[in-house]
Amino acid sequence: MTLLVDVRLRRHDFELRASFEAGRGVTALFGPSGSGKTTLLDLIAGLERPASGRIVLDGQTLVDTASGAWLPSHRRRLGYVFQDSRLFPHLSVRQNLVYGARFASQRGAASQQERIVGLLGLEVLLDRQPGTLSGGERQRVAIGRALLSSPRLLLLDEPMASVDVGRRAEILPYLARVREEAGIPIVYVSHTLAEVARLADIVVLLDAGCVTAIGPVADLLSRLDLGEASQGAEAGAVLTAIVQERTAPGSSRGQSPAGIAPNETRSGPSAITVLQHPAGEFRVPWTGQAPGSRVRLHVLARDVALATGELGSLSIRNRLAATIVEISEIHGGVREIRLDAGGEALLSRVTAETVAEMRLRPGLRVTALIKSVALER
Amino acid sequence: MFTPDELSAIQLSMKVATWATVATLPIGLLTALALARGKFYGKTLLDALVHLPLVMPPVVTGYLLLLGFGRRGPLGAWLEDTFGVVFAFNWKGAALACAVMGFPLMVRAMRLSIEAVDHGLERAAATLGANRMWVFTTVTLPLALPGVIAGALLCFAKALGEFGATITFVSNIPGVTQTLPTAIFTYTQVPGGDEPALRLTLVSIGISLAALVLSEWLARRVRSRGVAR
Repeated sequence: MTLLVDVRLRRHDFELRASFEAGRGVTALFGPSGSGKTTLLDLIAGLERPASGRIVLDGQTLVDTASGAWLPSHRRRLGYVFQDSRLFPHLSVRQNLVYGARFASQRGAASQQERIVGLLGLEVLLDRQPGTLSGGERQRVAIGRALLSSPRLLLLDEPMASVDVGRRAEILPYLARVREEAGIPIVYVSHTLAEVARLADIVVLLDAGCVTAIGPVADLLSRLDLGEASQGAEAGAVLTAIVQERTAPGSSRGQSPAGIAPNETRSGPSAITVLQHPAGEFRVPWTGQAPGSRVRLHVLARDVALATGELGSLSIRNRLAATIVEISEIHGGVREIRLDAGGEALLSRVTAETVAEMRLRPGLRVTALIKSVALER
Repeated sequence: MFTPDELSAIQLSMKVATWATVATLPIGLLTALALARGKFYGKTLLDALVHLPLVMPPVVTGYLLLLGFGRRGPLGAWLEDTFGVVFAFNWKGAALACAVMGFPLMVRAMRLSIEAVDHGLERAAATLGANRMWVFTTVTLPLALPGVIAGALLCFAKALGEFGATITFVSNIPGVTQTLPTAIFTYTQVPGGDEPALRLTLVSIGISLAALVLSEWLARRVRSRGVAR
């Protein structure tokens, strides 16, 4: 599947000029409010017409101003999950869910429905009215409704924006499951770095209506020159590691987990997972992944400390051997250090004073001490 | 209780007002939809045209109808030749006059309620695969229904009380075109007509109240459907 977007639109004092291609997996449109992210989704969905340009999905032209081609919204077969969910208030959750199904000519609709209801945990909500749902529940229903219209592409417009901050963690796992199991490409709009780091494969960075960068999430999140667009304070990097083994507390590592029956390894909350990375290893609370599976770690720049020379006793257990690539000034006395850790980029944020004292410079080999990681996959 | 003339005035009024409302309903709904959601050339003109009967003296409207839909009027002659329908000096003419007078009130109420429907919901329905017709019948209309009912009631009430345009267009013939208001007017013009005038006045109030209660009940049912169940 390929989505090709090359559009221009002018509205009042805002001009959108965007050109990008999206393929399989999750493509995140990332940028500050007012950068044109939602307008782009509206253009793809056919709710908005570009002044010029074209949008092509899998070889089918959705709009092309040059040839005058225009496919109306209801014939594009795209699932659109709006920021404000837009459930039909006069219909029950069940009726909302099946609304699009009647227009989708697909067999096995009943089993499909059951699967998606289960995937999003909607069983208990089916007979409720939208007015009685919480923000997170509304968004889950909206995602289910979009999926049940058998779309070729799923458009998600900040699905977490209308959810209380404290409740966002409830919906994120569902989004991750949709990404894994729905099997359709997703275009995801967000201005929250944590969401993008967790869900996206490719990131399209937008600023003031222009695409400023496109690339894999791991590359873009650590690029220093994008510090501002990617919300300075939240800058971080994404590392990929392999689950090596699981150990029960107390048992020394190296004991083969293969000999332990699966339910025995689930020995308690303090069991840990060892993750192997080319530059070192991570020990994190037990995650349940099978040995050999790949996981993604989101490491914020402010959670990475640096050490040179011999290390004494330290409480920080996650250490990676790294080389300094670049040091740049963020603002005032803060410096951002770009590191190479086993071929992957890592960011660290330290004060200018520290840089001088430790004589940090490009090419220097250091140990990156990682205070905390967020496990993504 | 009622004299035959009074009874026929009551029956005729009900018939005229009901037909005026029912026949106007689909046209009114389409016009309201066009004004609320449409983007087309001449929208302002259509808006003005719809509202014209509201601001013109009813007698003027009635006279224009007489010129246009009378047996020798251009439209009236054409309708008689083509469909065999005659509006001049019969109950159909009274219904036409009432419909024209009630139309702006109906469209106004419906237009407001359609405009109040969140356009985002309609757009959401479109992305789910619903074409315009489906969007209207499954989203816009159900959500605007209380306003649609209110519009129909306004039209019915206007039709029930319509005087000027009716009497100008189809006159005031007992048993043929004499409705409640024109009958009451007639009774007030003759000696000893006070009593029947009062009786018909009470009947008018009764019908109006009943229509109001019915529409309120309908609107409440429609609204509660969104929350209950």
